[in-house]
Amino acid sequence: MRYLPLSDADRAEMLARIGIDSIDALFADIPQENRLSGDLPLPRHQGELAVERHLRALAGRNVPAASVPFFVGAGAYRHHVPATVDHLIQRSEFLTSYTPYQPEIAQGTLQMLFEFQTQVAALTGMEVANASMYDGSTAAAEAVLMAHRLTRRGKAVLSGGLHPHYAQVVRTVSSLGGHATVTLPPDVAAGEDLAAHIDDDTSCVVVQTPDVFGNLRDLRAVAEAAHARGALLVAVFTEAVSLGLVTPPGATGADIVVGEGQSIGNALNFGGPYVGLFATRTKYLRQMPGRLAGQTLDADGRRGFVLTLSAREQHIRREKATSNICTNSGLCALAFSIHATLLGSEGLRRLALVNHANAVALAEALATVGGVAVLNGTFFNEFTVRLPRAAADVVEELAGRGILAGVPVSRLLPDAGLDDLLLVASTELNTADDRAALADGLREVL
Amino acid sequence: MTDIRYTKDHEYIRIDDGAVATVGISDHAQSALGDVVFVELPEIGRVLKAGEEAAVVESVKAASEIFAPASGKVVAINTALEENPAIVNEDPFGNGWFFKIELADAGELAQLLDEAAYTDYIRDLA
Amino acid sequence: MLNDQGRPTAPVRNGDDSDTRGTFTGNRALAQEEALIFEIGRVGTTGVDIEEPTAFAPRLGGLARQDGIGLPGLSEPEAVRHYVRLSQQNYGIDTGLFPLGSCTMKHNPRLNEALARLPGFADIHPLQPLSTVQGALALFDELSRWLRELTGAEAIALPPKAGAHGEFCGMAAIKAAIAARGEAATRTVVLVPDSAHGTNPATAALLGFSVRPVPARADGTVDAAAVAAALGPDVAAIMLTNPNTCGLFERDVRAIAHAVHEAGAFFYCDGANFNAIMGKVRPMDLGVDAMHLNLHKTFSTPHGGGGPGAGPVALSGRLAAFAPLPYLKQDGETFTLVEDEASAREAGAAPLGRLTAFHGQAGVFVRALAFMLSHGADGLRQASEDAVLNANYIRASLGNLMSVAFDRPTMHEVLFDDAWLKGTGVTTLDFAKALIDEGYHPMTVYFPLVVHGAMLVEPTESESKASLDLFIATLRDLAHSALAGETERFTGAPHYAPRSRLDETRAARQPVLRWAPPP
Repeated sequence: MRYLPLSDADRAEMLARIGIDSIDALFADIPQENRLSGDLPLPRHQGELAVERHLRALAGRNVPAASVPFFVGAGAYRHHVPATVDHLIQRSEFLTSYTPYQPEIAQGTLQMLFEFQTQVAALTGMEVANASMYDGSTAAAEAVLMAHRLTRRGKAVLSGGLHPHYAQVVRTVSSLGGHATVTLPPDVAAGEDLAAHIDDDTSCVVVQTPDVFGNLRDLRAVAEAAHARGALLVAVFTEAVSLGLVTPPGATGADIVVGEGQSIGNALNFGGPYVGLFATRTKYLRQMPGRLAGQTLDADGRRGFVLTLSAREQHIRREKATSNICTNSGLCALAFSIHATLLGSEGLRRLALVNHANAVALAEALATVGGVAVLNGTFFNEFTVRLPRAAADVVEELAGRGILAGVPVSRLLPDAGLDDLLLVASTELNTADDRAALADGLREVL
Repeated sequence: MTDIRYTKDHEYIRIDDGAVATVGISDHAQSALGDVVFVELPEIGRVLKAGEEAAVVESVKAASEIFAPASGKVVAINTALEENPAIVNEDPFGNGWFFKIELADAGELAQLLDEAAYTDYIRDLA
Repeated sequence: MLNDQGRPTAPVRNGDDSDTRGTFTGNRALAQEEALIFEIGRVGTTGVDIEEPTAFAPRLGGLARQDGIGLPGLSEPEAVRHYVRLSQQNYGIDTGLFPLGSCTMKHNPRLNEALARLPGFADIHPLQPLSTVQGALALFDELSRWLRELTGAEAIALPPKAGAHGEFCGMAAIKAAIAARGEAATRTVVLVPDSAHGTNPATAALLGFSVRPVPARADGTVDAAAVAAALGPDVAAIMLTNPNTCGLFERDVRAIAHAVHEAGAFFYCDGANFNAIMGKVRPMDLGVDAMHLNLHKTFSTPHGGGGPGAGPVALSGRLAAFAPLPYLKQDGETFTLVEDEASAREAGAAPLGRLTAFHGQAGVFVRALAFMLSHGADGLRQASEDAVLNANYIRASLGNLMSVAFDRPTMHEVLFDDAWLKGTGVTTLDFAKALIDEGYHPMTVYFPLVVHGAMLVEPTESESKASLDLFIATLRDLAHSALAGETERFTGAPHYAPRSRLDETRAARQPVLRWAPPP
């Protein structure tokens, strides 16, 4: 077995050193009647070639985004990632290192996390960010719990424009922890009156921009309304590239900003692993969940970095910790950070601009298709269209013609009566040919 | 130092004058915690019951709740600790105090350890 | 209770003559100092060529970003050099032996990386039509089958994104099962042994349970009688790590499970240490109701400096119906995902809710399955045997010099305490730092909290005998040095790492968590 260096002779010699005859002696504490005698009914070991063949065959049964005109978004976005990013994250010392518990030999990871935190704070317009969370949805749930702690209240108001998966995660975590949530109805036109739902029990209002239907939302009014009642504003985004072009939540009064960082540096990966971004105001720092890298000095007076403020965390505070989280999403955060460094402000602005331009061009192209209505007043790189019949059927038919047209709203909200709505995303990867293919495809199937 | 008493959780309480007493952590506690990096204090006006969690003290490696040694109302907190928690290590019995309470029942202090009993107690721990 | 198991957190500062590196740059040949991107990057520079689009009518309303964003850019060669230099300041498994107890730092096969990057896995979207991702769903199914066979579970919940997230999932399923019995209001307590990892009590608290500690007995394991004494009609579950954090198999596990079930409670097993028992015993056969599996430990998906992980949960028949959304369903040759509550309830399930957007760490699943396929049933069993053999070899080779916390055969990790260092002036932390100078990543230190000055050594199955012999010889040399009073080797260590000891007190008292331009 190529991964196991011990030979039988080694094993015999080692058993002798230990002073036993058989490996079984080391497993003696396992109840005899439960010990397995033979191998489990699973395949035996295989060479690299066989494993590769097997998994290639499975991969071959999927339709990769690059192989078709592709307009699927709704919380995960396909972008061009420079080849350098994947090369660098596969450096052994990044890939195969652990959480930096020994800072003297983990400065690479720690400095990178410090840079990442600074990048996320700048991007979101906030004062401080953590070293990343599992993904955007779990970050949203953690943000709500943090707001509960800060306000000593227990009710979150969720916008009807929040990604339904995010809303479900928040509701699951909240209800299991004994907290209340109020979820507003799906808000396709971004017209809901959030302020009317804030009361003295409300810890936070959770609003996404661009929202799940693609609308950009001005958070100023809801921030003011929340603050007037002693509640916090949690701002959510699922498309980090939008921050290159759109006013960041930090500039419009958000107290906690969480989002999905996948679209910078990370592939679609069928939904994970992704990287949750989490930022807040310095005054709320001590209630922020997750790992934090901080700057300090070493014994020789040189600048260095460590994990800090860890007394908030589970390994010290146990049942009183701010969260049970142990890990972050280090390697995905590294990919994010490298891509953001390659882009810089200027590259990110241009990337966002191209995304927006392509989406505007797509909206214009689809508006010419009979029976298709673009519903958004504003959007970044994704918007909602109304079709004359069920969007899920249309998407399936177009998939049969080699076009992945977008996400039917019914996939996310099966019981909302919004079966005729389709979410369509366009990034820098979409060409004029792609747009024409989608418009023509719709003309054919509708 | 006859008016100072200790809990088994290493808080001290010292009667300042009449009904007001000062609460902090013992020298043994600050030494065991290591470098204190953060202190969370109760709100002024909060009414505490003896044994209730009143404050939190964090070092780099540990976090510990501070329990009210006796019942009473919080009348003062040492805001200097928020800026400079190192005072807890430097001067636990002096400038490193946590909060002052107006005692509900000064008789409760009789149940706590006096200096000699506390000294014996920490010697037994070691 | 005061936790004084920790370590000194501020180094003794070296004297003014400390800059002995003797170079003008601060570099030392291959060891390069590297500034922050904010110090070397320039606003306006970009390492990505993107053309401005031709004029178009934006649809941003009044919400166009007004500030300069504040991200410095680097050209591609500068960026490559920056990150390569940073990487060279890290220690990874590829660098050397990484005996970090409870973390299972084993070899990360590169085949798995290559396969996860196939466009058919990396370039597919979680919300594509299910008809276009049948291969990915078949992979979910195959991974689940392996995990079911290895654990004896009825069902596998794939979505949890890491070990602690898996704990939350498993305990949430237990909470849902208790609620379904109408006992949500009465069963509010979770038993957690003192030796448990901190995530266990944190998870219980997050779910609104209160924690009742269970003491360990002198031999480091949990006594079934102690569990029985702590049980009552208010207890929802026990969270037990097995093999436990001291590296010992809980030999009363059957009796504990029996007592827990008799009392109407559930048995959650923390699967962090599953690497010791793959193919040797199936946890569900021992009475476990739920157990998470750390794919990034046991099945070798790279830790990447702290994630991503994946924490699928094995569920017994009593809990399978409460699995979170989404879950996999097979109709003939076709796989579907049950993604919404109504469909699940229609099918008779009672999902605990949704724990993450989309379906979980699919990219990690590819790597874990590749690892399992490569090993096979025989190789996984052999891996566990070798991991256990390696740990016991270290114990047998060092037990006469360093103090073993519990003098009995161990599983895949061996726990030492600091009794043997008493009077030497060398602490566990010093000893660990000296190991850095010798070219090793230290073992886990000061965990578990149940022994003083803990050193938890987990060699994994990836080490050759030669590698172990060298490691043992190094530890012996260091131990003799410590016992001989050569304290400077230890208290000043590490001497040869990119940084000497870092001042954690300063970092926590005056937090600097982001770069800011100099005033």
